[in-house]
Amino acid sequence: MSVSSEQKVEQAPEGHAPHAAPAARGGGTSWWKDEAQEPLRRNLGLVGVLLALFAIGAFIRPDLYSNADWVINNIMVILTQAAAIGVVTVGMTFVIIGGGIDLSVGALIALSGVWATTLATQSFGAAGMIFTAIAVGIGAGLVNGALVAYGRLVPFIATLAMLVAARGLAAQISGKQTQISNDMFINSIAKERILGIPLLAIILLVVAGLGWVLLNRTTFGRRTVAIGGNAEAARLAGINVRGHTMLLYALSGLCCGIAAIMLTSLATSSQAAAAELYELDAIAAAIIGGTLLSGGRGTIVGSLFGVIVFSAITNLFAIANLPTEVQNMVKGAIIVVAVLLQQVRFSSVTQFARRHGLTRAKPQT
Amino acid sequence: MNEQPAGAAAANTGEVVLRLSDVVKTFPGVRALDGVELEVRAGEVHCLLGQNGAGKSTLIKVLAGVHRPDSGDVQWLGEQVAFSGPQAAMKAGIATIYQELDLVDYLTVAENVYLGHEPRSLGFVHKGQAARQARELLGRLGHGEIPPHRLVKSLPAAGKQIVSMARALSHSAKLIIMDEPSAVLAHDEVGNLFRIIRELTAQGIAVVYISHRLEEIREIGDRVTVLKDGRTSAVNLPARTTPTRDLVSRMTGRSIEYVFPPRPDTEPGEKLLEVRGLGRSGEFAGVDLDVHSGEIVGIAGLVGSGRSELLETVFGARQAEAGTVVMDGRGLPPGNVAAAVRAGLGMAPEERKSQALLLGQPIYRNMTLTNFSTYATAGFTDTGKEQAEAMRVADQLELRPRDVRRAVRTLSGGNQQKVVVGRWLLGGTRLLLLDEPTRGVDVGARAELYQVIRDLAANGVGVLLVSSEVPEVLGLSDRVLVMREGRVVRTAPATELSEEDVLDLVMAGSLTAATTEEVAA
Ligand SMILES: Nc1ncnc2c1ncn2[C@@H]1O[C@H](COP(=O)(O)OP(=O)(O)OP(=O)(O)O)[C@@H](O)[C@H]1O
Ligand SMILES: [Mg+2]
Repeated sequence: MSVSSEQKVEQAPEGHAPHAAPAARGGGTSWWKDEAQEPLRRNLGLVGVLLALFAIGAFIRPDLYSNADWVINNIMVILTQAAAIGVVTVGMTFVIIGGGIDLSVGALIALSGVWATTLATQSFGAAGMIFTAIAVGIGAGLVNGALVAYGRLVPFIATLAMLVAARGLAAQISGKQTQISNDMFINSIAKERILGIPLLAIILLVVAGLGWVLLNRTTFGRRTVAIGGNAEAARLAGINVRGHTMLLYALSGLCCGIAAIMLTSLATSSQAAAAELYELDAIAAAIIGGTLLSGGRGTIVGSLFGVIVFSAITNLFAIANLPTEVQNMVKGAIIVVAVLLQQVRFSSVTQFARRHGLTRAKPQT
Repeated sequence: MNEQPAGAAAANTGEVVLRLSDVVKTFPGVRALDGVELEVRAGEVHCLLGQNGAGKSTLIKVLAGVHRPDSGDVQWLGEQVAFSGPQAAMKAGIATIYQELDLVDYLTVAENVYLGHEPRSLGFVHKGQAARQARELLGRLGHGEIPPHRLVKSLPAAGKQIVSMARALSHSAKLIIMDEPSAVLAHDEVGNLFRIIRELTAQGIAVVYISHRLEEIREIGDRVTVLKDGRTSAVNLPARTTPTRDLVSRMTGRSIEYVFPPRPDTEPGEKLLEVRGLGRSGEFAGVDLDVHSGEIVGIAGLVGSGRSELLETVFGARQAEAGTVVMDGRGLPPGNVAAAVRAGLGMAPEERKSQALLLGQPIYRNMTLTNFSTYATAGFTDTGKEQAEAMRVADQLELRPRDVRRAVRTLSGGNQQKVVVGRWLLGGTRLLLLDEPTRGVDVGARAELYQVIRDLAANGVGVLLVSSEVPEVLGLSDRVLVMREGRVVRTAPATELSEEDVLDLVMAGSLTAATTEEVAA
């Protein structure tokens, strides 16, 4: 090797004394910086929020919170209130991870609920009602999916149109009347408890569990994440993007059908104005649970925690006798903070800290 | 500074504008830069060489204010600096063309060029002026035909590259950094790029130039700094006179015979793919081609000659308007990728970031994107199996890092490219369409990749290859198709064509084109 005078060829690695040996390349990763651990960090954060809400509650009403039975019962109330919206949020999480959005969920719940409680449907009994609610939800979801996948409508617009249309149809079917459910079985669902746990909460946990398996363990889930991450790459890899998009909206519709039965049972009735603004709550819960609005990332567990946090806030305000206006402002603030956390990722936080001298630049040995 | 070879002489006359010493940058789990030195003088073209993942892009991102170094010293124009962000670096006179294009798809060409520094008065953007100036810059780059009001999304990869070059030129910079600018450019465009670089350096502007093509570095470079595993393994080598052997061994720590694998003596097997009269208006027309089992067919042609569009149409990613695609004697439905994949076709597309990769997802999931369901039982994925299979391909392609659970986002450009190609090596593919498969892949891995492609062919896979690098098309293929302006103008065994022949054919004017077509017919 001929080396001209100005060139400098590096000596053996030991020449670079201040730095660690090459082994340091690819060395250990602290878990709070690892991108793969992000969902875990976020879920821990949401658990922290829940604990904080609990502490606040205990501070405001020490009388109630000192009673163990009441506390347990209150937790069950929170879960019951979270149940229907939670089921919808599971479907919503899939749609958002797949790169879409479903604004029609509230309207679909109303439509399914109304359709399932017409006198004609009720004459088929509980099974007929459940079947109808689910079939209507899936059917409307398929229409959403077809509009998005084959009609090439933007999901926002397609499901917004469905929102308006489904509420209209629900009003038409019910004649704007509240339809009372006379079915004993349907009405008993909301009152049932198994081992002290409300059946509605159990339904939520089952749906979330199935959703978790579907998202994380099956090819369906893999396709969802792939399409949301990069639809063009998924298409060029041979994935049937349109067909799968249809299924995602149908899944969301299915969840709406289930939620419709749950709400009907809670109220022992259905009406066209039911489940108003559920779409916003479901989207918000998914997002504070770490689902990326642009698609490709999200977790069912995060969404579940998101829903429970919202439910716990509502509960806390009820206990503290605070007005719902304040409650909505708090919810809004939580959404903003959650999205900010999503954008300012941990690495940037540490970078920020370093830049402003909040931490040492780098341990120099 | 004595006994300097001619090449570096000019460079040494300029004063030092940039000096880096002992720069360290770590990412979680990776020490990307581990004590890097760099010295750049005014008016020189300073080349950075190094294997995929050596830290070149990380280094230039430190210079461009994208990354903050963990430690080390950056001196710009004699002063120690720490840029707070890209905007600050630009203000200080450092413009950067990134390896992964950073254009906004839904803005126009002119808006992209002047993004962040729009010509304006009283807070109003001068759209007309921006368009005028953009047109002028594009003209200087030899691409006056790109309309400033076009959406960037609608441009081909090479066009996007030109736009980001125009953006870099739109800042009156003292240092322009180019991270593999030639990777998406065809031969004549590279000539164009070099002309511009020479204009810039003549004005005393310094250029930092990254490329894996050594012949380019010989042609345009003044001095070379070599990175290896995040360290400088050599600084300020003369670009023209340092023997290739030296450069390669400083990059890789070993010597690589940069050759194409030998062609087998065996005749290709039965016909796999038969394309007849394929056409799409404005892109290509009347294309006939066959690919046999075990055969590598190369397509040469300029960017814009319709080669990528042809490949995508064969694959069904674009809907054919005329003609047929037949695989194994059965016609493929036009515009249906899923059917093509089921029939055994696979395609590594031209643009890895937008067309091929799930950047936020692990390497192994990107690799198995086409066939994860084949490892699944009853719809349940088997990630263990997937990871094992991805590991196998990663080893084959020398992917770094080897941990296939890492997000693709954290890989260097060349390693991302290996993931795109590697996806189709998992098996099951019988006809592979490769669009610029070695884009951004370093010399060592490139030789491996050639061998892998040849091995595939030896196992009966048919390969249809598009590349801007004529030597690659000639060296790797058995048979070559030359395309110009959407038509195949020549088909011949690779051994019967020389590089000059092909270049003449792809660039010939329309008059000679007519005669060659007759010859070919
Ligand atoms: N954002 C990131 N997070 C984690 N690791 C990263 C990140 N960016 C780069 N790296 C790692 O840093 C190392 C250097 O990468 P870099 O992109 O600088 O390589 P390069 O020399 O430009 O390679 P190529 O020739 O392939 O473009 C690689 O090991 C890469 O995986
Ligand atoms: Mg790079």
